Amino acid sequence: MNNLAIFPIIFPLLAGTILAFTHSNIKQSRSLAKFFASGNLLGAIYLVYYVSQNGTIVLETGDWVAPYGIVIVMDMLSAILVLTTNIIVVAAIFYAPHSISMKQEKHYFYAFFFFLISGVSGAFLTGDLFNLFVFFEVLLIASYALIVLGGDKVQLRESLKYVLINVFSSILFVTAVAFLYGVVGTVNMAQIAERVQEVDQQGILTTIGILLFFVFATKAALFPLYYWLPKSYIVPNPVVSAIFAALLTKVGIYSIIRVFSLIFVHKLDMTHDMFIWIAGLSMIFGVIGALSTNNIKLIIAYNIIPAIGFIMMGIGFYNRAGMSGSIYYLVHDMIIKSALFLLVGIIAYVAGTSDLRKMKGLINSYPLLGWLLFLAAFILAGIPPFSGFIGKLQLLKGAFANGEIVIGLIALGTSLLILYSVMKIFIRGFWGEQTPQQSIDKKSISGMVGPVVFLLSCSVILGIGAEFFVPTIDSIAEYLLDPQQYIDSVLKE
Amino acid sequence: MEIIISILAGIIFAVAVYNLLQKQMVRIIIGTVLISHAAHLFILTMGKLKRGQPPILTEGITSYTDPLPQALILTSIVISFGLTSLMLVLAYRTAKENNTDNMEQLRGKPNE
Repeated sequence: MNNLAIFPIIFPLLAGTILAFTHSNIKQSRSLAKFFASGNLLGAIYLVYYVSQNGTIVLETGDWVAPYGIVIVMDMLSAILVLTTNIIVVAAIFYAPHSISMKQEKHYFYAFFFFLISGVSGAFLTGDLFNLFVFFEVLLIASYALIVLGGDKVQLRESLKYVLINVFSSILFVTAVAFLYGVVGTVNMAQIAERVQEVDQQGILTTIGILLFFVFATKAALFPLYYWLPKSYIVPNPVVSAIFAALLTKVGIYSIIRVFSLIFVHKLDMTHDMFIWIAGLSMIFGVIGALSTNNIKLIIAYNIIPAIGFIMMGIGFYNRAGMSGSIYYLVHDMIIKSALFLLVGIIAYVAGTSDLRKMKGLINSYPLLGWLLFLAAFILAGIPPFSGFIGKLQLLKGAFANGEIVIGLIALGTSLLILYSVMKIFIRGFWGEQTPQQSIDKKSISGMVGPVVFLLSCSVILGIGAEFFVPTIDSIAEYLLDPQQYIDSVLKE
Repeated sequence: MEIIISILAGIIFAVAVYNLLQKQMVRIIIGTVLISHAAHLFILTMGKLKRGQPPILTEGITSYTDPLPQALILTSIVISFGLTSLMLVLAYRTAKENNTDNMEQLRGKPNE
């Protein structure tokens, strides 16, 4: 049953290819896309079950024994991330027909969408550093096509910057892999980890580690490398923004988790201590950005950055509570960020603008939308009993276990400001008297609200059912803190 | 030989970064082309340039060239080739829509 591990990569790839052929028939494309997304979700659920019962699946492609061939490694961390990805994909696919224009759908939207998912799943599953680069490129090239879909003036302008920054960081990635290959003579992550351990991570290896960190931090939008993110994430269609916010930056942070819990773990004072400060600065600068603007899409886009900071903080602590907090927060943030982007997409659609100063009184016409935003803000900021709270609780436990009081206080302060920045949309956009014009042209949003309700209920279940999820995530954290388990399962010694 | 190629790759990196920091779009794209060349040259150097016969099993030969860097470069070249063409099209459209190819004028307005 080893071949199962490649299912989340192959299936979207096939789906994308089929959808590329049916692009001119929109009705058929829509129903096929919904079918493929649901099938992929079912597959991912089964995979999580299978991995939890039987342990890590290692697929040696073409029967080339690791470390010589390409390996696909599906451990519990990859499995739950693939599952979360597919939950978001289902919501996005059901939302898409109501949000994007027919013309955009005709221009291969669904095909690129599934290629993107294939790349994301591949990045989560690969056990080979060079293959990680290849899957990054797969998802990035699909994202270049999606971000420019529509071809507005603003969109073209921002996509060019997005493409340039990503091309540059990809080239740095290849260079870092070349350096690493020159020193340790392999690109298989398990074997790299083994060899780095043997030489006790000498100076040159730490330097390469930091170079890799630079690459992943650019993709994940950490301080000070986040400048490209906010503006380029608000120009495409809301459904594309939601997928980008939920998946692309998270692939970057996943790579950091993987590389800095498996390979570069022998000089914690050089690498992980720095992460804590970068995490703190990301939180502060991200939330300042969110407070500084009146554009509702930009508020949510800036909120990505402090979330990445929270996840980074747990990696920096490198203890059990911190790591499990990071993983929990990663899953939580993927779901809630996509829900928020979809919600804000609806708000901008019904208000006809994304400028907060030009909208008010929306709650009169759209009460459900208002309360959904209210709930989403609570989940995002981490009000108990929702999922943000559980993640932050674990992270703060990690902070106090390591005696890092300052960063804990920064995290708490940031949470309050995050709540304020999203509540601002609720207060200024939904309260007040509505203009007569608004009550006349009430728009139908029932098709768009469904997927958001689905995502928010997943998030609520994640929070209320924490009793059920936390032991699994704790065991993943323990697994990550012991790199030998990963090495043994891949190299089978 | 490796040292010379490493220095060459370093020079190309420097030229590429200089070009990346220019204002004109086409220059920036030339910068990305050059920087990918530098990276590819660098991967090749990392596997040692010539240390034996082609990597095909033959009797009586014990030292072979490392095939892995070449495989990596092939993959990477294809990707950067595709990306360059994509970027050229994108830059052309952007310049046409915005009536400028100067990155300074493509910053966007405040409160957009």
